[in-house]
Amino acid sequence: MARLLFFGALGDAMGRERALALPDGVATADALIAYLCASDPVFADAFRRTKVKLAVNESIVDPEAPIGDGDEIAFLPPFSGG
Amino acid sequence: MILLEPHSFDPYAHLSAFSRETGGAGAIASFIGVVRGDRKDVRALFLDHFPGVTERAIKGAAAEAEGRWPLLGLRIVHRVGETPVGEPVVLVTTAAAHRRAAFEACDFLMDYLKTDAPFWKKEISGEGEVWIEPRAKDYADRARWSK
Repeated sequence: MARLLFFGALGDAMGRERALALPDGVATADALIAYLCASDPVFADAFRRTKVKLAVNESIVDPEAPIGDGDEIAFLPPFSGG
Repeated sequence: MILLEPHSFDPYAHLSAFSRETGGAGAIASFIGVVRGDRKDVRALFLDHFPGVTERAIKGAAAEAEGRWPLLGLRIVHRVGETPVGEPVVLVTTAAAHRRAAFEACDFLMDYLKTDAPFWKKEISGEGEVWIEPRAKDYADRARWSK
């Protein structure tokens, strides 16, 4: 199982946290996004509205970064503080 | 000191503690950001963050500031959760021997917090809730510091 975390607008849309058994063939951050967009219209819609970065185990990664079971994968919309 | 604060805080109490702690500094600069109440019927800001990661990221920016300017200390207090209109949402204060370093480091850290620290900001008004992304101006302000 991978642990998915959603922040900001994505957290409102998806809930803060989900567990997901990564399907066969979903081995990169990019593939996970494509899988979630295809399987969840709420995610697809929220994802289309904003630019999202991914952090795997608390480090921001490139879209082609590998992911696997046991990873914590965080979806981060554009940062906005202050 | 870097503090993510889930409750109302008194920026002036922090400033006096900081000024005691940096006794001997010739210059202390500070910025207090307050939730603006001039638009629609905005009641509050809600700040989301990534526990652990947000603190670490801000520490990284503080270390960068300490590398770029000869600081004698700094303090960052940032609200998380819901902050009502009129209340402080962020305090940045920096101490140095002379004013330029203190001003610039404070400005740098605020620009960092606006666009590059893992926070997400939602405006809560009578009409509903809207997530706010930085404006082009915020990114341009931040870009002034790229080396």
